[in-house]
Amino acid sequence: MIAAEWAAKRRVTVEVLRYRPEQDADPSLQAYDIPYTEGMSVLQALQHIKDHIDGTLSFRWSCRMAICGSCGMMIGGKPQLACQTILRAGEDRPLRIEPLKHFAIERDLVVTMSGFISKLESIFPFIIPKTSRATTEGEYLQTPAQLARFENFSDCINCMLCYAACPQFGENPDFLGPGVFALLQRYNGDSRDGGRERRMELVHSEDGAWSCTAVGYCSDVCPKHVDPANAVNQNKTNSAVDFFFRFLPRRRSPEREA
Amino acid sequence: MKVMVVDIAIVGAGGAGLRAAIAAAEADPALNIVLVSKVYPMRSHTVAAEGGSAGVTQRHDSLEHHFNDTVTGGEWLCDQDVVDYFVAHCTEEMVRLEHWGCPWSRLADGHVNVRAFGGMKIERTWFAADKTGFHILHTLFQTSIKYPAITRLDEHFCTALVVDDGRCYGVVAIDISSGEFTFVAAKAVVIATGGAGRVFLQNTNGGIVTGDGMAMVYRHGVALRDMEFVQYHPTCMPGSGLLFTEACRGEGGILTNKDGYRYLQDYGLGPPDPWPRNKAMELGPRDRLSQAFWHEERKGRTIATRNGAAVNLDLRHLGAKKLRERLPQICELAESFLGIDPAERPVPVRPAVHYTMGGILVNRETASTLTGLYAVGECSSIGIHGANRLGSNSLAELGVFGKVAGEAAARCARSLPPGPMATLKKQADDVRRRAVDLIRNEAGGERLAVLRDAMAQSMETGCGIYRLDAQMKQTCHTLAELKNRYRRLRLDDTSRAWNTEWLAAIELGYQLDVAQAMAHSAFARKESRGAHSRLDGFEQRDDANFLKHTLAVYRADGPPAISYMPVNITRSAPGKRAYGAEGEHLEGYRKEQTQGTNP
Repeated sequence: MIAAEWAAKRRVTVEVLRYRPEQDADPSLQAYDIPYTEGMSVLQALQHIKDHIDGTLSFRWSCRMAICGSCGMMIGGKPQLACQTILRAGEDRPLRIEPLKHFAIERDLVVTMSGFISKLESIFPFIIPKTSRATTEGEYLQTPAQLARFENFSDCINCMLCYAACPQFGENPDFLGPGVFALLQRYNGDSRDGGRERRMELVHSEDGAWSCTAVGYCSDVCPKHVDPANAVNQNKTNSAVDFFFRFLPRRRSPEREA
Repeated sequence: MKVMVVDIAIVGAGGAGLRAAIAAAEADPALNIVLVSKVYPMRSHTVAAEGGSAGVTQRHDSLEHHFNDTVTGGEWLCDQDVVDYFVAHCTEEMVRLEHWGCPWSRLADGHVNVRAFGGMKIERTWFAADKTGFHILHTLFQTSIKYPAITRLDEHFCTALVVDDGRCYGVVAIDISSGEFTFVAAKAVVIATGGAGRVFLQNTNGGIVTGDGMAMVYRHGVALRDMEFVQYHPTCMPGSGLLFTEACRGEGGILTNKDGYRYLQDYGLGPPDPWPRNKAMELGPRDRLSQAFWHEERKGRTIATRNGAAVNLDLRHLGAKKLRERLPQICELAESFLGIDPAERPVPVRPAVHYTMGGILVNRETASTLTGLYAVGECSSIGIHGANRLGSNSLAELGVFGKVAGEAAARCARSLPPGPMATLKKQADDVRRRAVDLIRNEAGGERLAVLRDAMAQSMETGCGIYRLDAQMKQTCHTLAELKNRYRRLRLDDTSRAWNTEWLAAIELGYQLDVAQAMAHSAFARKESRGAHSRLDGFEQRDDANFLKHTLAVYRADGPPAISYMPVNITRSAPGKRAYGAEGEHLEGYRKEQTQGTNP
């Protein structure tokens, strides 16, 4: 152990967007100078500020390991999880930490989540069984290949980074958005599910898949490699196919029975 | 103050709370059920569980094996009637989660796959890669959305129960976004607030795991049981305490010291080969593995890192492909936080606090001693974990007893009349006044983080992997002093909307009470059993005097009153707890004794 190296008292400055609804008319930046340790995360920097410098700074966090999805924020202009983003020392300019873009600020780094939650709730985010089954009959069989068709989309942690990355959501807050599309595709792609038709109404709607302008930044920022852009694209295809088939005599495949 | 009148209030929307809500809604869709949680449901700490959840599926496994692994692992401090109910219902709950969409990992033929875990005779851990808790939580949350009987108060922080004449009538909660108070009046209340690992310094727990429900209930005279039993998980990240799942070892990972030596063979867990082998070496139980680390550190055989001593978790021989498939999150954690690819280099690990075996005393129906009050999950002590929880049993517990709690609360809500509203509202107003006083306290000068860190350090010193009389006494003393200083807490933030400093102050109050219950329970148990191990003349298990549950009862002006209650032992008499070769030998002997009775 080279104690001297680890104990080196380096410092770093971060700028945090502050907004306290009970006293501030507008948001403004506040700079904090903090001791730096190698490997320190942005979350640890914020915790240091709250614990030792300024207890009034508010932000969401919990698991510290990039799975609970609480601590999404704009870090250096990019949507990232604070717990997973390592702070760097010796940069020219202070690192800027702001609330997630495209969302209303409730206070400091806390944004309003209720719109996202309503969308999530609206897409029938649960198995609508293709064939019902009692627990005494055991599990539905699902091969690894069938699992692979939706597994990736089931990894979404609802951190909303993709919404902050989505220019279309910035323009139209009613757009279902990348994360919710990933969830929708997670259920539509599940071999146990028969609820696709119900969900497709939302896909076809004004705020559905066709709102997407295929920028793809949502997938770039996803901390879990869910690839929501792919989910939206698959739904564009499905929506086009549905549109085409509605001019043909109706013949529903068993897979699409609700 | 806003008043919301419901049938059932469930506090906590993690795995246990969500499962209880669904069970209550299925039992009676006409009920009005509200889920109150200080975070959105998918942020609850169930999300961080990695390795898997127990349920007997294989032909050569049996409920008897699951029972024995649980009771032996808990060093006979488990209530065996409750364990019987538990093991008989685990698989059904796992199948139910499957029907609700949980993406369990599969065998080639489409059946659900199971993996090995520590202290487990036959593989029975259902898993969804290494994000099992995450998938269970999201499955339950999303499934809960289809029940109109369930409404949610997301980001509402509970400050107290409302209790009158021996019955619980609801909770008072702060709407975090505005700081406004709501009295949730309910005929039945279910506490499902999780554990209290954040009272320790190095832990695997999320910031929200602060023992809220335990403390709220404790303050109303309900005993906290077996609080001295706190589980250290042997493989965590030095410094942060982040968890590397037991499944790392279930999949074949090994632990080596600074000489590359598999040191567990020196602690009654060997021989090292053949490997992997159930109930031996790295697949020993968590308490024994954490204790072995402690000894290695004192022998000077651990590795120095910038965050303290560590040993190596070596996964290289599993190969990149298997690691990506079975342990993707472990790879990601090692890469993001340590810059290590586990396929290339071993991962430094050490023990950290993981789980509170003890909790709110409840019966088999999850009912507490207060009428109308139930508790389930890590916050409760229903009797299945004993002195050391078997890995994979906690997620299964959420399902099995979450269902029991929801159904029990539904029966209660249908049978009991509503409370005396005027009296209850007055109580709720008192609760609000006390909570607001915390913001307005201008007399003091104590800083929140200073007290919190002193508590966590003191718990680590006095109630760690090994315990000494003098150190426990010192911790008890320190906690009493910190409770005094807590009265002089001074907050920077006097606002109401999103005042997270205020909420953390209320949490610290909860934590200090829970920590006291732990430290005093530990001090009083003069023996070594499971996670409670002493080095001060009480190194042995003492069944004559301590084969019993500890009860800690709150006293407003002093330390808790400690008493004991019997353990329910039905058919597994306390015996020697052995793993590795010794365990295999004992097992053979026991089999001879009970030939022909094997189910």
